[in-house]
Amino acid sequence: MLKFDHVSKVYKGGKHAVSDLNMEFEKGEFIVFIGPSGCGKTTTMKMINRLIEPTEGSIYVDGEDIMKVDPVELRRKIGYVIQQIGLFPHMTIEQNISLVLKLLKWPEEKRRERAKELLTLVDMTPDYLERYPHELSGGQQQRIGVLRALAADQSLILMDEPFGALDPITRDSLQEEFKKLQRKLNKTIVFVTHDMDEALKLADRIVIMRDGKIVQFDTPDEILRNPADEFVEEFIGQERLVQARPNIQTVEQIMNLAPVTVMGDQTLSAAIKLMKERRVDTLLVINEDQVLQGYIDVEMIDQKRTKVNLVSEVMERKMLKMETGTLVKDTIRKFLNRAIKYVPVVDENERLVGIVTRANLVDVVYDSIWGDEEITS
Amino acid sequence: MDTMISFLSENGMDLLVKTWEHLYISLAAAGLGVIVAVPLGIALTRIKRIAGFIMGILSIIQTIPSFAILVLFIPILGIGKVPAIVALFIYSLLPILRNTYIGISGVSNNLLEVGKGMGMTNWERIVQVELPLAVPVIMAGIRLSTVYLIGWATLASYIGAGGLGDYIFSGLNLYQTEFILAGAIPVTILALLTDLLLGKVEDWVTPTGMKKLKVNA
Ligand SMILES: Nc1ncnc2c1ncn2[C@@H]1O[C@H](COP(=O)(O)OP(=O)(O)OP(=O)(O)O)[C@@H](O)[C@H]1O
Ligand SMILES: [Mg+2]
Repeated sequence: MLKFDHVSKVYKGGKHAVSDLNMEFEKGEFIVFIGPSGCGKTTTMKMINRLIEPTEGSIYVDGEDIMKVDPVELRRKIGYVIQQIGLFPHMTIEQNISLVLKLLKWPEEKRRERAKELLTLVDMTPDYLERYPHELSGGQQQRIGVLRALAADQSLILMDEPFGALDPITRDSLQEEFKKLQRKLNKTIVFVTHDMDEALKLADRIVIMRDGKIVQFDTPDEILRNPADEFVEEFIGQERLVQARPNIQTVEQIMNLAPVTVMGDQTLSAAIKLMKERRVDTLLVINEDQVLQGYIDVEMIDQKRTKVNLVSEVMERKMLKMETGTLVKDTIRKFLNRAIKYVPVVDENERLVGIVTRANLVDVVYDSIWGDEEITS
Repeated sequence: MDTMISFLSENGMDLLVKTWEHLYISLAAAGLGVIVAVPLGIALTRIKRIAGFIMGILSIIQTIPSFAILVLFIPILGIGKVPAIVALFIYSLLPILRNTYIGISGVSNNLLEVGKGMGMTNWERIVQVELPLAVPVIMAGIRLSTVYLIGWATLASYIGAGGLGDYIFSGLNLYQTEFILAGAIPVTILALLTDLLLGKVEDWVTPTGMKKLKVNA
């Protein structure tokens, strides 16, 4: 969809703003550029719609070298949103939204239709069409700014810190709204920010830049898991790395390695004795190869004790289990959703290797919330 | 009062003719000024490097006494209405040009970039963004210029262009106050009315969104 091929920009006066960028974005991807001030994010973005022309290298949109396309035509096919919102104060909301459509010579009727339709995307009523930008709140104005970039159904949209000027609450809700919109409309988005939270929240992939170069280009998860270098680590911030821990830990890192087990051919009285000794109300049943068979608990034994006497005759075979490698964050969700007390962990051959209990999870959550303070205090 | 009435009864028709001449000279000059200075002002915003130079020259011309300019054109254009209009036109240039330049330069770079980024051609940007946003400032220049021209057009009578200046000068020559007043009063009224009228025009051409902006600010 969008490809940078050895792209460099040297400004008049010799400033090397970006050097030798190589990257490729897929259709429908949400790409976020992030990096310290002056690292070349805006320069990179503006080269895409030729507001700035590269000194070297080529940029391809849908396989076409943009330098071979008429810049005016190119820009009409690419949505563009800037930080300062940039609505035209002398135009009504309708005129602002449908500006590109007017440039594309759509008839008045259709423009109006489209403007109305777009307003509903952000839950605004058609009576806003007649208003002027200064009559809207900052958040509403930026919504219009976004709609304006969507009007001609552009498949690629560039956004330079679009939510930077908004207060945190408005920004938050606009981010959510926008992410949803993007999923629904399947746009390719190139988004500049210097807010890491925003990047992590929105991006499918993040381009971390420094001094005009790409330091790391990867998914948010991967960047949190494997920061490329100290610069990235510092940029992400210690705080987020700690917070990210439950996201990247797997269950075998937190599970209890010695679950209490019985064999299927043991007697119920042996099982009860074991429960008493280890002070548990449930036992995991395994065979001689450590393969998990099922479980028994006190109640089950209590009901059937008089009729049968082997564990395998009483045990429940249907049970929830996890394979090694499952992420803790997914586990937490299961525990909370289904009010589960524990889940056994098995390897790829169904052999029991451990057990995760609510207590284990509490430790993880506790660590990630207060662990850092403990270290510093 | 009696002299006024007798003056009017004797010269009423003539007064109307001269007022019309006066208005014609001033407005023709101002009209030409707008036609030349507005596009020139816009052009100068594209070549900022020489903009200062050109406006400097116009400022210098502006300091040449109006009378001198009028006389200067006699060898080239002779006497009558044409040289008067040309001379006044030159005077109208600077205020209109300067205001156009300031108005257009004052349009935020941000908005221009948005326009460009959305795919407006240069021409579309001038017509749909820059001019509407600069219109209040440009109109202020046109108003100022036109009102000045109505005053200066009095001098045009010296080179035979007619207008209300005829009364004032003959009044001065003949020591007749009623003639001076017969020229000066209509000139003042003309100036005031024109200002009022152009105020209305300004209001009319200013985009609605910007009017509301002003009220709020
Ligand atoms: N027109 C220009 N002429 C010369 N140098 C420029 C120009 N525009 C940007 N630069 C320089 O190029 C570098 C990259 O600028 P750019 O605007 O791309 O940074 P950025 O990452 O967007 O920063 P910010 O987060 O502050 O917006 C900076 O050092 C900047 O000073
Ligand atoms: Mg920037």
